[in-house]
Amino acid sequence: MSEARVTREGLAGERPGRDALFGNGMDGEGARRRRGRGRRGGERRLVPDAEFTSYYGRPVIKAPSWAATDIAGYLFLGGLAGAGSVLAAGADLSGRRRTARAMKLSSLGAVSLSAVALIHDLGRPERFVNMLRVVKPTSPMNMGSWLLAVYGPLAGAAAASDVTGLLPRAGRAAACGAALTGPAVAAYTGVLLADTAVPAWHEGHRELPYLFTASAATAAAGMALLAGPRAENGPARRAAVLGAAGELLMTRLLRRRVGVVAETYAAGRAGRLLRAAEGLAAAGAAGAALLGGRSRTAAAASGAALLAASACTRFGIFHAGVASARDPRYTVLPQRERLAARTEEARRVAALGDGPYDDTSGVIAT
Amino acid sequence: MTSQVDGEGRARRLLSGQEPDVAADAGHVGAPPRVGFFTDTSVCIGCKACEVACKEWNAVPEDGLLLTGMSYDNTGALGASTWRHVAFIEQNKPLGGQEAHLDHSGIDVLALAAQGSGTPVAEAAVSPTTPGPPSPEGRTELRWLMASDVCKHCTHAACLDVCPTGALFRTEFGTVVVQEDVCNGCGYCVPACPYGVIEQRPGDGRAWKCTMCYDRLGAGAEPACAKACPTESIQFGPLDELRERAAARVERLRETGVPDARLYGADPSDGVGGDGAFFLLLDEPEVYGLPPDPVVTTRDLPRMWRHAGVAALALLGGLAGTFAGRRGHGR
Repeated sequence: MSEARVTREGLAGERPGRDALFGNGMDGEGARRRRGRGRRGGERRLVPDAEFTSYYGRPVIKAPSWAATDIAGYLFLGGLAGAGSVLAAGADLSGRRRTARAMKLSSLGAVSLSAVALIHDLGRPERFVNMLRVVKPTSPMNMGSWLLAVYGPLAGAAAASDVTGLLPRAGRAAACGAALTGPAVAAYTGVLLADTAVPAWHEGHRELPYLFTASAATAAAGMALLAGPRAENGPARRAAVLGAAGELLMTRLLRRRVGVVAETYAAGRAGRLLRAAEGLAAAGAAGAALLGGRSRTAAAASGAALLAASACTRFGIFHAGVASARDPRYTVLPQRERLAARTEEARRVAALGDGPYDDTSGVIAT
Repeated sequence: MTSQVDGEGRARRLLSGQEPDVAADAGHVGAPPRVGFFTDTSVCIGCKACEVACKEWNAVPEDGLLLTGMSYDNTGALGASTWRHVAFIEQNKPLGGQEAHLDHSGIDVLALAAQGSGTPVAEAAVSPTTPGPPSPEGRTELRWLMASDVCKHCTHAACLDVCPTGALFRTEFGTVVVQEDVCNGCGYCVPACPYGVIEQRPGDGRAWKCTMCYDRLGAGAEPACAKACPTESIQFGPLDELRERAAARVERLRETGVPDARLYGADPSDGVGGDGAFFLLLDEPEVYGLPPDPVVTTRDLPRMWRHAGVAALALLGGLAGTFAGRRGHGR
């Protein structure tokens, strides 16, 4: 219906509709009168309403459609594999043969399951190789795909060589390669979640990588305690304490720093999971440190608790993010606070000197 | 995304900030001027012709025929199969100080009232849709806001930045389009979008959104929604000209007594570097379901990578450290 064109020379063929005015605009007289009464028309409210409004309570952003079992499961398994490869290489180099083999197999299993989960979660699984179509540092998922493409075969070669006894030197080199790339696999997933508009994740973009590597250490230590013999579990016990302490500390730090969004870490399923993670991590670390060196059963139980703690953390963080995306409050309120802070800052600068900010325009007309 | 420094030696900020030539930054040579939408919601009449035209032209499938109870909005929100969405907001607010231009000062309303009426007073003016009592200034406290929402085609598009396959790309017109034959349905763009625009289509798995009618642009035609809009609430054209016109329009509305009129997404220095599709709104953005201060998530990505690097090294070092010390029984 519209035939108007915007051209470099101006408008061509426009209809008057787009210039329609309403209210006082329908009558020039009213407008003039208003202007005379105190330039109400030209004023803009710069201080936002304190109350929260939304469009029928609908979310502003879209929650990820990822399945929790696939993606939160991958966060856990990827961490277990990555940190596990470091423990495997350490055990290998320090002569803890049985732990080394167990951890190599665990890492291979975990990274294989990770790949299955990731491909399963794709809308078009048959196109998973498209992940390696480009190299794109702005896409954490692309970087992660490349990382897994390097790490996975290394972890596989390390495990295969250990089990078969073939090419021991190449196997050891592969184990060392997996130990060097594994931590990157464990850490990048923090960026993977944080590099979204999901408030609970993005607001925690400083903390998530540390939380996830700590959680990875917890999981790997748990697996080493569960699968390795008691005589070899000294490093795993120390790693358990280190990982659990880091996980507890970073979870608290995260919840303190994300502002109002922290509610999503305390409420509902996320809250229950994170509380369980806290209890399990503390119990697992204490069990590993105090009893893990004496009793095989206690070591195994502590290991299982640590594995569960790491899984609960990952699922808790995942569900908190989904909950924060579904409630417009958590999208709008932090942004409102940001705007208010900027306005306040501009006002302060203007008050200090002759800044560009016109303070009088901030006054609300009555 | 391609170069740190442009032809004149000015440093480019890649992930956020002002970006005057978005097509050239994406590697297009001799690109046409960036185009966009200016959606002036003050003249939107809620006819939904844009929604229909979009569906028809782009063969977007049906995605539910439900009554939502949200005024006349049964579309709900933008999504995989909704690339234009008309929002309807009913408010107990006067529409910018409505005053009829008629002069009533000569009318003796009391004398008119004294003439009486055949209808009993109690029944005279009460119906299910009778508005509440007028305010002291004689206005009825109701206004109906309508706004046609669309993909913003951000200057710094998070969906494009995070896409791991390169399925999302920047066209020569400065718009953002998904290549449906490349998208593998990873869904990463969905939570990355600060506006909640792009979405995976159930049953299809791939991500879909407004293309600003890339096919029509290539043929020199304007997008279907702008073409269909009967009031020219949706205006299409070169972005810099639209911005100029929008600035004049909002100034005019404010002068004529609509103090709440404001532009949304028109500022090239905002969190997404300005929108390719921007709006004139009559209330706060969140009233329309829009984020008040959106920021492209990849603005913070360099810092995130640094933290991840430190975290990975800490993990490596920390776990290596657990092997330090004496080897003995149970150690």
